[in-house]
Amino acid sequence: MKADVEPRTTVPGGIESGDVLLSVANVSLSFGGVKAIRDVSFDIRKGEVRAIIGPNGAGKTSMLNVINGFYHPQQGTITFKGRRRHDMRPYLAASQGIARTFQNVALFKGMSTLDNIMTGRTLKMRRGLLAHALHFGPAKSEEIRHREVVEHIIDFLEIAHIRKAPVGKLPYGLQKRVELGRALAMEPELLLLDEPMAGMNLEEKQDMSRFILTVKDSFNTTIALIEHDMGVVMDLSDRVVVLDYGRKIADGTPAEVQGNQAVIDAYLGVAH
Amino acid sequence: MLYREAGQFKTSYSADMAMFPIRQDRIALVLLLLVAFIGVPLLASDYFLRAIFVPFLILSLAAIGVNILVGYCGQISLGSGAFMAIGAYSSYKFCTGVHLPLDWIGAQISIPPLPVLPSILLGGLMAALVGILFGIPSLRIKGLYLAVATLAAQFFFDWVFIRVQWFTNYAPSGSVSAPELNFLGWIAHSSIDRYLLCLMFVVVFAFIAKNLVRGSLGRQWMAIRDMDIAAELMGIRPLYAKLTAFAVSSFMVGIAGALWAFVYLGAWEPLAFDINRSFQLLFMVIIGGLGSILGSFLGAAFILVLPILLDQVPHALGIPISVETISHLVFIITGSLICYLLIVEPHGFARLWGIAKEKLRLWPYPY
Amino acid sequence: MIAFGQFAEVLIGGLLAGVLYSLVALGFVLIFKASGVFNFAQGAMVLLAGLALVRPLDYLVAHGFPVWAAIVLGLAFAAVVMAASAWLIERFVLGPLVNQDGLTLFMATIGATFIIEGLGQLIFGSDVYPLRLFPVDAWFLFENLFPGGILVNKLDVWGGLIAGVLVAGLAIFFQKTKTGRALRAVADDHAAAQSVGIPISWIWFVVWLVAGLVALVAATVWGTKLGVQFSITFLALKALPVLIIGGFTSVPGAIVGGLIVGAGEKVAEVYLGPLIGGGIEYWFAYVLALIVLIGRPQGLFGERIIERI
Repeated sequence: MKADVEPRTTVPGGIESGDVLLSVANVSLSFGGVKAIRDVSFDIRKGEVRAIIGPNGAGKTSMLNVINGFYHPQQGTITFKGRRRHDMRPYLAASQGIARTFQNVALFKGMSTLDNIMTGRTLKMRRGLLAHALHFGPAKSEEIRHREVVEHIIDFLEIAHIRKAPVGKLPYGLQKRVELGRALAMEPELLLLDEPMAGMNLEEKQDMSRFILTVKDSFNTTIALIEHDMGVVMDLSDRVVVLDYGRKIADGTPAEVQGNQAVIDAYLGVAH
Repeated sequence: MLYREAGQFKTSYSADMAMFPIRQDRIALVLLLLVAFIGVPLLASDYFLRAIFVPFLILSLAAIGVNILVGYCGQISLGSGAFMAIGAYSSYKFCTGVHLPLDWIGAQISIPPLPVLPSILLGGLMAALVGILFGIPSLRIKGLYLAVATLAAQFFFDWVFIRVQWFTNYAPSGSVSAPELNFLGWIAHSSIDRYLLCLMFVVVFAFIAKNLVRGSLGRQWMAIRDMDIAAELMGIRPLYAKLTAFAVSSFMVGIAGALWAFVYLGAWEPLAFDINRSFQLLFMVIIGGLGSILGSFLGAAFILVLPILLDQVPHALGIPISVETISHLVFIITGSLICYLLIVEPHGFARLWGIAKEKLRLWPYPY
Repeated sequence: MIAFGQFAEVLIGGLLAGVLYSLVALGFVLIFKASGVFNFAQGAMVLLAGLALVRPLDYLVAHGFPVWAAIVLGLAFAAVVMAASAWLIERFVLGPLVNQDGLTLFMATIGATFIIEGLGQLIFGSDVYPLRLFPVDAWFLFENLFPGGILVNKLDVWGGLIAGVLVAGLAIFFQKTKTGRALRAVADDHAAAQSVGIPISWIWFVVWLVAGLVALVAATVWGTKLGVQFSITFLALKALPVLIIGGFTSVPGAIVGGLIVGAGEKVAEVYLGPLIGGGIEYWFAYVLALIVLIGRPQGLFGERIIERI
């Protein structure tokens, strides 16, 4: 089922669509002597696809890690859904509605596809230890309810045929899809995708782009994505922020950013 | 031809999620339970019941506990022996009445002797509480370092149960005898009684364990094991997952300890639960299969039966073999098997069993 | 003055005992530093080395060889046995598991431990074999300062000297030689080291051989102290707190850690013991290690581990 990447549709309706969902202000992050992020500020509006691009080592993944709460910036603030903080905590980020995928596919290799995606439902599952020990009764019906949601996601991502396969044995492209499914299972408001198309061929990229756009439209999810493929970035995203050596060097629509001299210099490797 | 799923379609998630989705497996389970509850007591000799089946059942229970912590949650523990000891001695105290003067508050805790079943369960609970305590460091330290923390627990409790005579009710020899196994009037005296008692405990707890590991909690444990950073970023709380693993694991190991002392040994000393026991349980789990309930049983059976085989077979063949040599051979074989399994099949006998079943599905075709 | 004298005696005794722990810990550090593997079998290696030394020694002496010749031949034989076991372990246990995670390798060394213990005792016997390579009598120091002097065991002093020489040698080896650098690379990342052409099999063989020789040295001292017997393998367990406190990757850390553990144990036993019933030595080191673990997980001299995703 190949579909061409669809042209962007209008920003979906929603109570706060267009408003700022997440913003980072003056964030700086260093590891020992290495400055990964220097005084970066930008925002992400609800309902949009925001691309974060830049040459290797620009600090893109570090930025996502800061948003997620895995890294704690030395300076700056993060404002999510109106609440301003000096740093995020992983559990807080997850429970507030931030989900992500990883550059190197952080799936739980010992579990099947189905189980991996079911772990994404953990936050939504309420039943405790005793209920689970008995299984029959409340725990079982909760499990079935969430299983239905997860099967919906599995159908959407077209991975029904591998649902019981241990993920460690899957090819890389499918693993990335499972990881996306796991993030979607959290029903996030903000989805952070770290190079979702890395290592994929053209067909796989088209599939993935289709999924991402459907997620934006049907699932009503705001998306921030790091990506190297410029064609994908230009087609999928509403706005783009460009990082280089930890600094923001451009911020705007794809067209604006494409013509920006500083951006061109950064990618061509002009000494600066 | 026999072991086929053809025609067995799951029409509901409930059916798909069942403990034994394949009908042949369900039949096998029923047969197994029939043999266990009826066949064995009828046919097995006193020796077999007392010396092989009872310890097998109790050690399987302990192995399930250890497997939950080490196999499912990935937290290495070298202190399981200590938790068996905690279960055993706590149950003993609850059975004989707890009298704890707290002079510094001017009060005292006094609990009358409790019947055997609540004592055993409370003993398990005590083990669970201590397990949670020793699990707290696991939030900051992992892998090898955690192994050291569990070793600390092992040696510390070895010392406690020798030195603190309150636990042995000040017995001069330091060894303790089990109370009468009176369960609401039914006294477990004969070998068959003891066997059935252990069997019931094991069936109940294996059922609970299986339910836990295939539900949300089991997935959280495995997520922590596989990639705890990603798990945390998904909203799984490492604190909750690790401490529940420690709690559930120690609970089962503690109950196994109480059963080992009360039902199998009858009279015991702290040595019964020392570091060698911890290693034994760890080996059962590695050999049987990490992350598998079935594996816990297979590993326990293997470790238990090996020395007996090494003793009986040479004797049957007329080859003299000393006790020491048997002990050395057990070491060599166990060690080699662990290395071999780690290289070839990290999921132990349970996976080999699974592979055999796969072959059975294809039988009589080779592929 | 008497109390201080007693304290000094306990402390010095503890420090020297601690040096003996360091001797065992050094073997661990070596292998961990060089291959990233925590070698649980180090204790068993001390036993094997001890057995391979004492049995031929006794045999030769019983058959009329002069003692010095028996010792030399015994040491040579033991060294060969350790080399052989290093080769076997690398070939059959570690080699197949290269690139696996640390926990798997650790469990493999547990398996190796039991194989070594079983095989060693099967071949060489499982009694207690006394060893007399060093003087074990007492030595009284500072008799003019403290009445009766401070009692020090000559064996412990020898142990200290030997450990000092070993540490210096190992430190030079790691920092200054090409092989030492290669070892550190392998410890960091097996796959990366292989990809730059470092021959992992050879490196691991060298490492385990050296660790085996360190075990032999430890066996000479501990064997004299306790006799060569199975319980020596439990030294491995005692070395763990030493490593936690000192840091797994640090040679000086092993020494400092050993000193702290040795002194701590003895002092706690003498001064705290009577308050809680004695036998503290059993677990004191572990509780100490636990405290260090919670406060400073990498130990006093170890390297911080940073996790990235």
